[in-house]
Amino acid sequence: MKGAFLQRIMLGAVLVVAVIVLNFLLLQAAPGDVVDSMLAEGGGGDPKLAAQLRESYGLDQPIYIQLFKYLGRVLSGDLGFSFYYDETVAELIVNALPTTLMLTLSALVVAVVMGTLFGIYSAMNPRGLFSHFVTVFSLFGYATPVFWLGMIILLVFALHLPWFPAFGIRSIPEPDGLLNRTLDILQHLVLPVFTLAILYLASYSRISRASMLDVLGADYIRTARTKGMSEFVVIFKHALKNAALPVVTLAGLQLGQIFSGAVLVETVFSLPGVGPLLYESIVRRDYPVILGVLFGAATTTIVANIITDLLYKKMDPRIQSIT
Amino acid sequence: MSDKPSANVKPVFAIAEVAIQPEQRWRDTIRLFCANRAALFGLVAVAVFVFVGLFGPVIFPADPFDPVAAPLSAPGEYTLLGTDYLGRDVFLGIIHGTRPTLLIAAIATLVTVLIGITLGSVAGYFGGVIDNVLMRITEFFQVLPPLVFAMVIVAVFSSDMVVVVLAIAVTTWTTEARLTRAEFLKIREREFVTSSRAMGAGNLRIISRVILPNAMPPLIVAITLRVGITIIYEAALSFLGLTDPDVMTWGKMIGLSRDFFFDAWWTVTFPGVAILVVVLCIALIGDGLNDAFNPKLRGR
Repeated sequence: MKGAFLQRIMLGAVLVVAVIVLNFLLLQAAPGDVVDSMLAEGGGGDPKLAAQLRESYGLDQPIYIQLFKYLGRVLSGDLGFSFYYDETVAELIVNALPTTLMLTLSALVVAVVMGTLFGIYSAMNPRGLFSHFVTVFSLFGYATPVFWLGMIILLVFALHLPWFPAFGIRSIPEPDGLLNRTLDILQHLVLPVFTLAILYLASYSRISRASMLDVLGADYIRTARTKGMSEFVVIFKHALKNAALPVVTLAGLQLGQIFSGAVLVETVFSLPGVGPLLYESIVRRDYPVILGVLFGAATTTIVANIITDLLYKKMDPRIQSIT
Repeated sequence: MSDKPSANVKPVFAIAEVAIQPEQRWRDTIRLFCANRAALFGLVAVAVFVFVGLFGPVIFPADPFDPVAAPLSAPGEYTLLGTDYLGRDVFLGIIHGTRPTLLIAAIATLVTVLIGITLGSVAGYFGGVIDNVLMRITEFFQVLPPLVFAMVIVAVFSSDMVVVVLAIAVTTWTTEARLTRAEFLKIREREFVTSSRAMGAGNLRIISRVILPNAMPPLIVAITLRVGITIIYEAALSFLGLTDPDVMTWGKMIGLSRDFFFDAWWTVTFPGVAILVVVLCIALIGDGLNDAFNPKLRGR
């Protein structure tokens, strides 16, 4: 168990290094380098100055030495300097990440919890109306573009029924007091979180229903019932654990996708997260920030995958090692 | 005498292949699919979209980028589905957007599936070190959030359609690769594989002619669903304005109207409905195929 855990961490570290190498290659492929953008800012291109600057930045060295230096810099947390903002890339990402993580995690929790409950309920009456609803709902969840859903939800719940604020993460001016501020942020998060959660909720309901139907036919459930346990105990104590496993697995596998969805939702709802940062940096061709976001997103996914694996092992003791 | 053994081997080989690929099963699948009304409806609806994609621009030859009426006019005021902030006809945009939307999705799916099936079958068939290396590569691609990675690729290279198609493929092939590998691992130990190897079939032949046809049912379902996912994926990239600015797609229509949709709901609603409907119909086809391939699992 300990060995497997260590192996998992090692694999994660190798993946992080691989992401950095990919970033370096993409940076090489991108048109222009740091010196070009610095000189462009000054308005002129003195080739002598450019050569001097390249030398001082080590850009005249062979490519593998540059790669090792880049690797060392990134691993020590230095992601470079933004071409546009007067900040380091690391600062920009650290400022934007909390919003994105808050959105992603809340949506994930809502989707997993509600999806499992929907699945259980519809598995209890597989021929019932709700069960059909889950089937249709999951079809729509598959077919709806998340950014469009966000816009439609905005039109309905912010424009026609002005129940929720439309844009941003906090009101201007901010309300006084910590409690009011928290409530204000939560209110701003309701629509984006539900936009993101609904689509995954749909597929999770369907999957948890399928696994619940399997589990409910198992012998140990019949045993539990014949022992005279209430339906509630049978479902929530015996069946739930096994029915939730595929949902957790899928959620873990889909983290990257959910992150991508968050990028789109943030753009639609103007939340100051990683999404708009990436989008604006692409428009401005601010390559250090673009690649920094890719690195941050990939690292977050790697860490989250390790956590999911651990969670998975906790939920299912039969699984000793996941390769 | 010398050509007699080979004459003997040939028919045996042929019989073995017929046994591997029972036509009856395909006929059953088609029969079950046709009995599924929702799936047939999806198929017909997608055919209508393809027809619009092929002949729509011929029937409505006006340029969708040209203004035709007052900006932001409501549906029915001047045009059927209203106009956007530059006075461009939303209906015309949807008609002209059908072909690029479907074409890009189809090509991107093809490339995705080719990469996925090739790597997945090689990994699953050979196993060992090759499998290990290929699976590590797959894992690496899986930790890169697809849309973010695609956005970076488009930003670094260009928003040319070829780059967009490759960006979609490079960021999504892992699903098909894993699925193909899993099927190959299951099938490669079966007797008919051993027997065709005993008859002297080479690796390439076994992969492409013996195992792959038997791995097809789940793959066909996955590929069908992949087309829908790719349509939405491409729409997202177009929505963000990262695809060719001269090509009208449904996603781009939504993206262009992003700053005006509070004043003109129709500019984003109708292109989105077009995406929703076509992907929904693809999902119906996928579900129908799934039920037809696995009649026992119906309704799950």
